[in-house]
Formats: sequence, C-alpha cells, structure tokens
Amino acid sequence: MSDTMQVSRNGFTLVPAADRRRFVLQARPGTLDAAVRALGLAETPAMLAAATGGAVTALRLGPQEFLLLLDPAGAEDSLSALRAGLEGVAHSLVEVSDRQVGLDLSGALVEPALASLTSIDVAGPAFPVGMATRTLLGKADGVLWRTGPDRFRLEIWRSFAPYMSGLLNEAARDAVF
Amino acid sequence: MSQAFRVPGRGRVDSARTVTFTFDGRRFQGQAGDTLASALLANGHHLMGRSFKYHRARGVVSAGSDEPNALVAVGSGPALQTPNLRATQVEVYEGLTAVSQNRFPCLQFDLGAVNTLAAPLLPAGFYYKTFMWPRSFWDRVYEPVIRRAAGLGVAPTAPDPDHYAFQYAHCDVLVAGAGPAGLAAALAAGRSGAQVILADETAEVGGSLLSDRTSRIDGRPAALWVADILAELAALPNVRVLTRCTAFNYGPHNMVALNQRLTEHLADPAPDMPRERLWQVRAKEVVLAAGALERPLVFEGNDRPGVMLASAAQTYLNRYGVACGKRAVIVTADDSAYRVALDLHAAGVTVAAIADLRPAPDSALMRAAQGAGLTVLPGTTIQRAHGSTRVHSVELARLLPDGSVGKGQHWRADLVLMSGGYTPSVHLFSQSRGKLAFDERLGVYIPGESAERERSAGACRGVYALADVLADGAAAGVAAAGAAGFAADAPSWAVDAADAPGRGGYAGALPRRGKGLLAMAFVDFQNDVTAKDVKLAVREGFRSIEHIKRYTTTGMATDQGKMSNVNALGIAADALGRPVEKVGLTTFRPPFTPVTFGAFASHARGDLFDPDRRTPIDPWARAQGAVFEDVSLWRRARYFPRGSEDMEAAVRRECLAVRGGVGIFDASTLGKIEVVGPDAATFMNRMYVNAWTKLGVGKCRYGLMCRENGFVYDDGVVGRIAQDRFHVTTTTGGAPGVLAMMEDYLQTEWPDLDVWLTSTTEEWAVIALQGPSARAVLAPLVDGLDISAEALPHMSLVEGTIGGVPMRLFRVSFTGELGFEINVPARQGRAVWEAIWDAGQAAGITPYGTETMHVLRAEKGYIIVGQETDGTATPDDAGCGWAVSKVKADFVGKRSLVLPAMQAPDRRQLVGLLTEAPWEVLEEGAQLVARPDEAIPMHVLGHVTSSYFSATLGRSIALAMVSGGRARVGETLHVPMEGRTIAVTVTKPVFYDVEGARLNV
Repeated sequence: MSDTMQVSRNGFTLVPAADRRRFVLQARPGTLDAAVRALGLAETPAMLAAATGGAVTALRLGPQEFLLLLDPAGAEDSLSALRAGLEGVAHSLVEVSDRQVGLDLSGALVEPALASLTSIDVAGPAFPVGMATRTLLGKADGVLWRTGPDRFRLEIWRSFAPYMSGLLNEAARDAVF
Repeated sequence: MSQAFRVPGRGRVDSARTVTFTFDGRRFQGQAGDTLASALLANGHHLMGRSFKYHRARGVVSAGSDEPNALVAVGSGPALQTPNLRATQVEVYEGLTAVSQNRFPCLQFDLGAVNTLAAPLLPAGFYYKTFMWPRSFWDRVYEPVIRRAAGLGVAPTAPDPDHYAFQYAHCDVLVAGAGPAGLAAALAAGRSGAQVILADETAEVGGSLLSDRTSRIDGRPAALWVADILAELAALPNVRVLTRCTAFNYGPHNMVALNQRLTEHLADPAPDMPRERLWQVRAKEVVLAAGALERPLVFEGNDRPGVMLASAAQTYLNRYGVACGKRAVIVTADDSAYRVALDLHAAGVTVAAIADLRPAPDSALMRAAQGAGLTVLPGTTIQRAHGSTRVHSVELARLLPDGSVGKGQHWRADLVLMSGGYTPSVHLFSQSRGKLAFDERLGVYIPGESAERERSAGACRGVYALADVLADGAAAGVAAAGAAGFAADAPSWAVDAADAPGRGGYAGALPRRGKGLLAMAFVDFQNDVTAKDVKLAVREGFRSIEHIKRYTTTGMATDQGKMSNVNALGIAADALGRPVEKVGLTTFRPPFTPVTFGAFASHARGDLFDPDRRTPIDPWARAQGAVFEDVSLWRRARYFPRGSEDMEAAVRRECLAVRGGVGIFDASTLGKIEVVGPDAATFMNRMYVNAWTKLGVGKCRYGLMCRENGFVYDDGVVGRIAQDRFHVTTTTGGAPGVLAMMEDYLQTEWPDLDVWLTSTTEEWAVIALQGPSARAVLAPLVDGLDISAEALPHMSLVEGTIGGVPMRLFRVSFTGELGFEINVPARQGRAVWEAIWDAGQAAGITPYGTETMHVLRAEKGYIIVGQETDGTATPDDAGCGWAVSKVKADFVGKRSLVLPAMQAPDRRQLVGLLTEAPWEVLEEGAQLVARPDEAIPMHVLGHVTSSYFSATLGRSIALAMVSGGRARVGETLHVPMEGRTIAVTVTKPVFYDVEGARLNV
C-alpha cells in the first residue's frame, strides 16, 4: 500500500490540502448563529452548505454541527473571538486538527471518480459548488465539500487516507474509459 | 471451408474486414461485427455444445442472451478463460480463442452421450430418488461423481488479472432495452431535457429493427431510422447511451444494476481499460423495454443442431448475413414465421414447407408466402426431427379434428425453424416486485400493477406490431419524463408495414402420435428437462409450479425461464387439468444474465478490500521487526521478536521487562469520544452503569456500558477533563458502535440534553508507558509537570506538555504496574514515542505488543470485552458488579439487570483456573465439567475464556466463565480433551498482586 497521498492522472489530481486547524463545533441552532457572528462570517450557512470569511470556513454538516477549518495564521484570533462569543452558552468545541487529513481533488474526471466511491449524486445540479456533506466513500466515512466546478475537498480520518487515495487512484484510472 | 453460408450483400457485418479465430482449436474466419455464433454458422458449423445431463449434441437455438445451448469458454490460460459465455453474445475479433464446454473427449464424439441411452433411468428428481442409500456412499462415491459429471464450464484457476470499474449514476429516466420501444422512449424523454440513460445488452442499439428488412418508418428502412434516432440521441448532452450493457437487477427504490462489458469484444484493449463496469443507477423513473423472446416448440428431437428459433434465423440472415442452412422446414403457430420464410426465400434458401399448427391460418403474410410459391401446410405438426450432430430430416403430420395426430410424412431439411409465438420478457418487471397479469388473448403473462416507479413499453408488455410499439415507447418516455418533472411531447412516426406478429402461439408440448416413451422433447435445453419430466413431476404429486421447477430443475440457473417458462407452465397446466393462469408462474431471480464475480468485487480486492488502518507509530514498529495482528480494521503490533525468538519467547521476555522495569506500548487504536456540554455528567450517568456525578475534574474511572438487555457492551477508562467535558475511551473494535449507540440515545431518547459527542480516536496518539521505572523515564520529559504519586495518583489525569507538545496524561494501568498513558496529537505521536524511547534506554525500555498486554492483564484478572464476555454476560457475571451504581435512578440496561434470571446464582461467573501441571496451558474455548467420567453428553459448567503461560508466575493461568463460579473457588473441575481430561482448580480471577500494591506507588 502506498503512503503517498498524491495522485496525478489524466483528468484527475489528488494532493494534500493546505494545513488547517480543525474544530467540531456543536450547539443548538441559535448558538451556532452566535458563533457565526463571533467568527465574523456573513451569515449562518444553510444545511450542507459552507460559509467562508477571513481565516474561517464553516461547513454545516448537521442541524447542530459545524466543521470549522481555520487558517493556522489567523486561527488563534478567531478562536478567542469564538470562545468569547460563546462564553456561558451551552456548546461543544473539540479540536480535531490531527484526527483527519484534507485532500484536494480536481480535474475534469473528478465527478465520475467520486461517483465510483459514493452513492450520493455528485453531479453539478445535485451537488453545487459550496455544498458539503458527510458521506460514505467505499468503506470509509468522509466529508465532501465542493470547492469549484471541478474541485472537491475531501476530509477523512487520518488512517483512512491510504485506502481513500488508493481507491480514488483506481477510480480515476477507470473514469477515462 | 470459408464462410460458405455467408450471404453477400446481407447483414451489418463488415465484409471488408475478415477476422480469424479458433473454436476448439480449429481456425475459422468471420467478419468484423460477427458474433461467435454467427461466424460459426457462416462456416456451416451448428454444433456448439453438449447438454448438461445427457451430453447431447447441441447447436445454437437463438441469436441473443436467451441462448441455452451454445455456452462457450473464451480466452486462454489459467486466469484468462471465462466460462459460460453465450456464443450469441461473444463478438469475434482477430485472435479470439473459444472452446466448447461439457464434452469429453471432444464435441463431435462425447462419451457422456451414453447418458442418453440411460435416459429412462434419469427421470425428474433423479438425484433425490437414487442417491439415498447407503449413507456412506454419499461422501465418497455419489457426490464426487455427480460433481464431476455436472456443472457448467470450468472456473479459472489463477487470480483474475483484469480490473473492473464501478460507478453510481443518477438519472431522471432509465430506459432498459434499446429496441424500437426503448429508442422511442429515450428520444421522447431526452427531448424534454430529462437526464436519460439508455442501456442495451447488445453491441448495437436497434433490437429487432436490425433484423427487419421489410418495415419502413417515415419511409426510411428500419436500420436507417435507428441510425437517425441514435444520431439525435448522441447529440443530446442529457442522454447517455450504453451498449453491451445489461440491466441485470432491479432493486428497491429504482436502484437498477447494469453491467457494461468494455473490453471483451476488443482484440487489443488499452492496457488500463477495465474489463467491465458495474453501474448502480438510481433512476427517478424507469422504462422497461426488454422486448419479447420467441418460444421454441416442444417435440421429439427439438434439440438437434440445426433446429432453432425462426426469429434467430432471421437475425442471422438480416443482421449478420448468414444463412443457417440450405433447406428449411418451418413449424409455426404465429404469423411472424412467414416473414422469416419470405426473407430466407429471397436470400436463396429453399423453404421446403411451412407447417402451421393452426387449422386455418389466414393473413396477408401467409398469402404472400403462398404467392411466393412456398408450401404452406395448415393444421400440421412436427412429430420428430431426425439427426444427431445435425438435423437431416423431419416428420410432419396432420393434426386431426379429434385432436390426434395423423400419419407422418418425411421431409428433408438441414434447418428446422420453430415459432411458438412470443413470451414478453418480464424478468426485470418481476424483479421489481411488480404483479404479473395473465393475458387471455395472448396466452402469456404481462406486467400488471407496478411496485416501483416504472412502466413497461412495447413487446415486453405484449405490444408487437411495430407502429404500436413505437407509439407505446414514445408514450412511456413522455410519461416517465413527466413523472420526473419534465414536460415532453410524444414523437410520432408513420410505419409502413403490414406484418402483425404475436397473435398466435403455442404453450406446452406439441401433440404427437403414439406414446413416445423414449421420445425426448425438451422444454428446458440448458437443464435438459423434457416434457416427460414435467408430467412425471405432476404424477408424483407436485402441484405448485415452484415445486415442479425445483424437482425438474426447469427454468433454473442462467436460463431463469427465458426459453422454458411458458412451455413448462403449459405442460404442467395440462397435466394438472387446470388453466395456465391458475398454475402461476415461478419467480424470476436476478441476475438477468450471469455477471462476473470481478464486476461485483470491482475495486474491493487486495489492499483495497478493506481500509488498512495504521497508527502513527506503525512505521516505527515495522522498523523494529514487529509482528502484526488485525484488530478490527487496525493493524496492531502483536510482539517484537528479537533474533530468532518465537512468539512465546518474545512474550515472556516482554512480560518480565514490564514487570521488572518499563515497557512501551502503542495504544493509539483505543476508541476515544469527547463528551462535552453542561449535561455531560447526566448523559454519562445514563449511558454507563457507573456513577459519574461525583467524579472530580482530573480524575479517571473505569467505565462499563451495557446494552438495553443488561449485557456488557463495552468498557474503557473515562477521564473528567472539566466539569462539562469527559474524555471517554472505548475498546479498539467497539469504538464505532459505542459512538453510534450514544448518538442514537442522544438524538432519539434525550434530545433535551445539552451535550454533544465528537470522535477523537484519531486525534490522539496514545503511548502507554508501564512498569516500576515508568515514572523515572517520563518525569524528565514532561516540561516540569509534577507526576509524583502525590500529585498524580493512580486513576487521575493532568494536561500539560511533553517536549512542548500538548498532552493529556492519564495515570492508568492495564498491566497492574505503575503506568501512564500519554495522549498527544497524532502528528506528534511518532516524535514523542521516539523521545520516550531514547529517554528509556538506560532503564532498558522494552516495546511490547498486544499479546504481552493480554497476558499482563490476565495476570491481574482484568477482562477483555468480547473475550471474557460474549454478549450474554452481565457486569456481575464478569466480576464487575462493583462498578454498577446502586443509587442511580436509571441507566441503559438497569431495567434488565433487576430481572430475577439476571441474578440467578448459577449464572456463569468469571473465575480463575490453575492446572495441576504448571506448564500445562489450557486451550481457550475448552469446556469445563464436574466429573471426568461423566457419560456423554456431559453437563457443561462453563468454558475457558483466556489462557496463557505467565512468565512472571512461572506457570500457566486461565480465566473462565463457570456456572456459579464464585461459589466454587477451591473446587476441582475437569477439561475434557481429545483422549484425556485435565483437572483444574477454581481460583479467584486475580493471580498477581491481589492487593494492588504495585499500582499505588
């Protein structure tokens, strides 16, 4: 099994994503609105949507759940603001920076390659840019976030990375035909 | 011989491109575009297989996927040969290698054919009746002989070198079948803008239109109309046309599986090309346009090579440019055969006679045949076909008004065509659990009430005339697109054709003259089932068509009733004296045609079969030569052998090193869940049997979790990080299940609680440092943190840093020694591990694996959930009754634990066992009984759950679950083994440091 998280094929590229600090923020919907304000985001992302502002991206994975991806450069400021904004309000903020790895997938064949792994409809109309969801890819959990017409970010737990990149490598090879 | 039966100017094959292939080692030539069957027929070669049971010579019967006889193996070499392919679907290419199956020593002369002589001894239910006695013959004689004689084809012996693709797809409208109805439906839906997938199992779209030289659609020849439609579909970006792609399974919620063959027809596929692609299509709406299959007629010798379906001969002639013989006799119950006769006649084939089973057939087509000078014999049946490896003549006889059969007349023929009418192909509809309805007028089953969002169109629902089929397909396409939310207009076409096929037909065995006790008239060619077999089954008392199917094997295996169903039904109904619709129909099982195992496996093979999860410390352990074991999806270091050590020696050394100094262990795979929120303690109180309210911040507790039924589900140490934050650990294998169960309760039972769960299993690398020297090794590394016994006693935790890396440090032990579990972010795990490793060199630090961990914990009597417990042990059974809170109002499992049966004194309880001989290590799983001389079956009191040699104690130890075990301490029990019995003494389950002095240092 290859440990290189890198796939470069005709119409499909997989590279490790830029380093991010990651947090799972869970709270009642009203509290999530407060968190959005504290983080300086324009508005609370709808279910399965993403919101980005400054150093912060929030993926709305559930009614009570954000996955926060923070640029390490501005992370501490955002976190301080968040903690201050949620002071005394029930919530759960857990760091998962090391739990998972991010993979950037891109290319003209990114849709069919992903369609080999997940039963979710990843075609443009059903999975527009900015959509994010937790799903099953092959036999592993992952979070899929569409970052562009031919671009997805895949967030998966660390130990599943070789399996996932191996599967995507084969799926991309097959997607050519 | 070079394609003597090729008809110049006919067919869609490329007459300019000749390809050479071999069949049974003999070289043949065909044209590009041929199937193996059409190419062999072009060379006058009908004999393509031997039958399953009687090894009778068999030729090709059909021209499609319903072919029961011409099953061949394609490819060469131990890995590349694919058995059981239908010659009618194998496309020839330069260098193709194919062999026939089920023959010995060769196709022309098969020794197995003596089975035909023994046919009276091989009746229906033969296996059930014959191989019953003596019992001892089964394993040594009957089964090996049957297995050698039976079975179709030979499986490859080497691993499959090909790879297989897999793809999910979503669409608005899926159209299965690209004949006239399917094309019309796809076009109607495609023009509306709906996402459409059109799949057809053959190499070219068009279906029956590719064999039709007569019909004109909007004035265009049928094949040219197909090309027009295909061009329009290809230009629509929302339509995907898949050929060589079989819809083989109709699952619930319109999930339809397609298997697309990508390389099988290519002489030289691109090296990276997958051989097949399995599609799982989720369609909003489905149009089934599967067409209809012509029925064979059931008469003596109907399986002789050269006897085939009329429609097949038409396809070979018009689509492949092959005449299947020189002199044909046609037997029919339907008008469509007259068109075949006219086509053959026009191509120069002599049509000696057309025997029509109907007393007074009359149609424009029949008159056209008569007008062309062909002999039509109304009210005439076929008594018998003669020949062995090829038919040479037939006996035709008048059907007399009283129902009997008159004197026969001999007709020479090298081609006998049967047309018993059409059977709508309702396989996919039936798989979708739709209800079939019997159509009195047509005498066949057609789709009735739908169970899914689908509709059938064209011949698969009994609509046969081309104009009607096109209109039906277009309407189905409009309906499907409309139901998916797209407004569509039905295209319409003018059809100029007078043919009206499908109004006649025959079901059952043809009437014959005489009893024909030795006559073999086949109903199911593939399974060698004759009309007599079906009648016999009825005589022997079988009433249900499902039982008759199993008893006779008709319609089983890959055939799935494509050819045989309606005829078998007709014979059974006749024998039972009940109308066909009262006898019912057997279930059509998926797959529609066989699918390779490789397609099902797709990428899930080799390293990608399952995720291969490894910890951050894994590379270090590999470099040290560790031996690994699988624990759920993880690879864990089992032991670290030095030099030539085996596992036993390594484990003894590792155990002594931990007890005598310090050992280091990778515990990263432990499941971890962060439970956070103001209601965290409340939630923990409800999930675990323990009480958590009073656990102080910075303290740890062993937590035990039951399921609703009161049986132990998981365990692990839980630390309280803050008033509203718990760091929960679970077993390695239990992690996903525990999180799922917690979420389930939280979301469905207690949504009012302000508490949230986050898996942190992979956030933390966990390094266990265990042994009397552990503190001395660790203390200098923890950046000034006080980890003395006073500051950090057993079962407490502290947050700090180790070499600058953030750390949660747990003072816990699963070994019974002074111990720490160092949690650091996963990316830092390896570096911290190596820092501890370096610092521990002076103290003789020793890496140990899971096997040593198991021995050390067993010496202390610590249970492993799933080893001591088996899903039927309560906390008290497992010796953990002390953990169960007596004061909590409720927790998961509490209600069950108070049931009397859960407190019975004879429940199996955790105990220790010591053998008399210290070197004797019991077998895990061995049973325990009270007396060695008990009569068999002995009364089993319990079983051994864990058993090891303890290097520390210099003797073997074991844990066991024993009925009323705690009251038996001091008793002698017995372990019956092969040829001897081992006496054991029951003890308490703690063997080492009973008072725990080594922990609290």
